[in-house]
Amino acid sequence: MLSLETSLRDKMIATCIRALPDEGCGLLLGRAGGDDAVVVEVVASDNVAHSAKLYEVDPKVMLRTFRRADDEGLEVLGVFHSHTHSEAFPSPTDVRQAPDPAWHYVLVSLRDVPTVVRSFRIVGDEVREESVSSH
Amino acid sequence: MSALLRIPTVLRPAMGGATTLHVEGDTIGDVLGQLGKEYPAVKTQLLNDDGSLHRFLNVYINDDDVRYLGGLDAPVKSDDEITLLPAVAGGVA
Repeated sequence: MLSLETSLRDKMIATCIRALPDEGCGLLLGRAGGDDAVVVEVVASDNVAHSAKLYEVDPKVMLRTFRRADDEGLEVLGVFHSHTHSEAFPSPTDVRQAPDPAWHYVLVSLRDVPTVVRSFRIVGDEVREESVSSH
Repeated sequence: MSALLRIPTVLRPAMGGATTLHVEGDTIGDVLGQLGKEYPAVKTQLLNDDGSLHRFLNVYINDDDVRYLGGLDAPVKSDDEITLLPAVAGGVA
């Protein structure tokens, strides 16, 4: 399960809306234990792919966030990105390029109202949805 | 030259579990080539078959992405800090 405060869920959605018409993206910082993770910070990134169909987290944001995680005893838990016109489910490209089997992959779909936020674990070709608890 | 290498979480299991390593090489290409020899399991995640830098790997010397420092020819100096991180990308295309 992925837990986060409602304000952090809102920040992910705001980042994705601001990126329109492109996909939006960013990293999740927090604490993990087994399958459960608690997000303590949402780090917005520019989408350096500048595309409505592709995203890439800014490598500078990656470096800065990984260093901060080390310094502050946190982990980079995963990544969020938006699908602007399709459902909140990992695409074949998302699955193929998933960088870390320990990560949580959050999808924000701006197709629907209200906005849909779902989270997935991706290990090899296997995609498993997990619950998202916002409070 | 001897530099400090920071290893991303995803590569640690295949590289003995360490978070950092001391590495030798005059260029980033030397360093990655040597890592590929010492840890064959990660070679395909570092370099493409043609020896070029893997598309989904970001390599930094101190604060700079090596793609802006000459790629694999980027020089490594003593006491440099080299960081490897996965590129995080995807999309519906």
